[in-house]
Amino acid sequence: MKLTGAQALIKSLEMEGTDVMFGLPGGAILPVYDPLIESSIRHILVRHEQGAGHMAEGYAQATGRPGVAMVTSGPAATNIVTPLANAYLDSIPLVVITGQVAYSSIGTDAFQEADTVGITMPITKHNWLVTDANDIPEIIREAFHVATTGRPGPVLVDVPKDISNQQMDWYWPDSVDLPGYKPNTKGHSKQIKEAARLINAAERPVLYVGGGVLKARGASALRELAELTGIPVVTTLMARGAFPDDHELCLGMPGMHGNYTAITAMQRSDLLIALGSRFDDRVTGKLDGFAPDAKVIHIDIDPAEQGKVRRPDVPIVGDARLVTEALIGAIKHLREKESPASIDAWMQQIRAWQEEFPLTYEQPDGGTLKPQYVIEALRDNAPEDAIVASGVGQHQMWASQYWKFNHPYTWVNSGGLGTMGFAVPAAIGAKVGRPDRMVWAIDGDGCFQMTAQELVTASAERIPVKIAILNNAYLGMVRQWQEMFYEERYSEVYLSPDLPDYVKWAEAMGCVAFRVEDPADVEMTIQKANEVDDRPVVIDFRTDYREKVYPMVPAGATNDDVIVGPVPGTEGPTQ
Amino acid sequence: MPAPNVGRHHIFSVLVENRFGVLTRVAGLFARRGFNIYSLAVSPTEDDRFSRMTIVVDAESAPLEQISKQLHKLIPVIKIAEIAPGDGVERELMLVTVKATPEFRSQVTELAAIFDARVVDVGYDAVTIELAGTPDQLDAMSDLLAPFGILERQRTGRIAMARLTRQAPNTKLRAVKGRAV
Repeated sequence: MKLTGAQALIKSLEMEGTDVMFGLPGGAILPVYDPLIESSIRHILVRHEQGAGHMAEGYAQATGRPGVAMVTSGPAATNIVTPLANAYLDSIPLVVITGQVAYSSIGTDAFQEADTVGITMPITKHNWLVTDANDIPEIIREAFHVATTGRPGPVLVDVPKDISNQQMDWYWPDSVDLPGYKPNTKGHSKQIKEAARLINAAERPVLYVGGGVLKARGASALRELAELTGIPVVTTLMARGAFPDDHELCLGMPGMHGNYTAITAMQRSDLLIALGSRFDDRVTGKLDGFAPDAKVIHIDIDPAEQGKVRRPDVPIVGDARLVTEALIGAIKHLREKESPASIDAWMQQIRAWQEEFPLTYEQPDGGTLKPQYVIEALRDNAPEDAIVASGVGQHQMWASQYWKFNHPYTWVNSGGLGTMGFAVPAAIGAKVGRPDRMVWAIDGDGCFQMTAQELVTASAERIPVKIAILNNAYLGMVRQWQEMFYEERYSEVYLSPDLPDYVKWAEAMGCVAFRVEDPADVEMTIQKANEVDDRPVVIDFRTDYREKVYPMVPAGATNDDVIVGPVPGTEGPTQ
Repeated sequence: MPAPNVGRHHIFSVLVENRFGVLTRVAGLFARRGFNIYSLAVSPTEDDRFSRMTIVVDAESAPLEQISKQLHKLIPVIKIAEIAPGDGVERELMLVTVKATPEFRSQVTELAAIFDARVVDVGYDAVTIELAGTPDQLDAMSDLLAPFGILERQRTGRIAMARLTRQAPNTKLRAVKGRAV
């Protein structure tokens, strides 16, 4: 069967099971948009290429399937660089197709030419420039394989316009031949035995769970491991939902804005079982003061993470789910002969911390609206399996702290790259992937202004996402740092609460919109928003700009120096 | 140029797919992870689907283990052999043009002869000498030629292969219970 490169590309995407893609056409990708008309793939036309990338990421994070985005060359390709970098740091399976100027014109500074493969090399797991239409099925097959296996990540396929028009003989490769790519998924059995021995002997163990558990679909294995051993669990920002927040062994989020118990349990631990986590600086704080007494079992599918930051006592390279299952077997086997060390005293200590240092805020009656109060009201009015997306900043930390994540794949956020503007498109992508779920974006006013135009896409495509803007009229996290660490010298952080007018703006984009200033109106307005199911809805919550995210480990401090909250009756922090 | 100090430099012999852009991927990885390349030699292997890169790295710029693991993450990288100093056969090629007016020419060629180097070009007041050898030999000849005046010098960067096993696998001698072996 003779096909053009463009037809082969669309057919290859179909063969890979692509049901939806996000994109925006343009000159160099024009040939590929033609066969799309006959394709079974749903295409969602975005308003900016960055939106296409983040939607594909939201789709991937909510469904576990690779997100697919397609854009043209030059400025479109550079617009999708941010989502690629975001997916690279958060290990999101993402397949991006870019148009390129004709192969014969490459290197001539042709119209809309950019060296896309060169630009995206450091922020993709791998990328390809197609030089022959006959290679397209093979490359697409490889691209999906690389994106979704091992440590998942973004890939990019750059397709010159003349290659899209070139005739080829259709075929579909039945296997992938990449001699340099053989991810190891099964952990080393000797190492697993050694890990079981350490776990059995530990008196102050903590399961330090990262996003890898979600990528490996290992949430139920993790739960079995935790319940078998009684070891408490911290879930990092990327792992929220991997272990139910309501579970008695869940300590919540560690790190710079983690809760006191999660942070301190890691600090005092004698054994950290790092499961799909990578000792990010936002978790460890000052590295040489991090968990000083802890031995480390590090389970990660990426060998390069072993010893990159903290040297593990027992490194295990493998898939988080497979290794967890093997570990459960090894522990059971070991416990037939040896009883485990008691962790009762440790759990008592942890309970005492939880009681003494809970997350707190105060919502005065009739006072200014507290952002935490809004999040709790959103949470309490949403079904338990609702999906929450967030941008980056204070609202993201409060959302992670105050939402109850009891199901995996219900939290979609930008962790590693910290991409402001992520929430709106990511929520749209998540809703496309899981139309059966309620999807809330909890966003900041600064973030919202970066990508809000995608609500036009959501309205046009009838994607009923819900957006809660915690509008404190500031770039809040930057303001918090300037207040705490720059002697209240506020530099370029004020945004204004009503410029733009978020309600008018949302309405202009085809959304239902509300504004809430009084705490008494919060509940009722959220209920009204929850009833809208045929178009996007936006609520502009006017929140207290003075509210800060606590606890906080200041940058450069060790986790022992966590600031729990403001001194009562003052604006200043306390230790 | 300071002599490559055996303690600080480490050789990676990297088998990669012979495709365009692979060198950029490897060089880019070194640059963005802050690893220093001391020298680099690339050429196709006996099987033209693959190329061999011999990369000499500054071992103090990053832990060797991290360099090797990050290299492994590149899809076109197939195999990495670490050759510890002394464990490999190393060779490098140098071309050096030395000032050699007629009165000094014989001294220069004599010196070249000691190193088994070859004179490959002669000008009215200079000669170009070729030497293939270990990096140490190249350093030594360079040092000795320096007083005559080195006009230009180029080195290829070293290539290396792991030393072969000298002993055949010992299948005949086996430990037998109850007897000394």
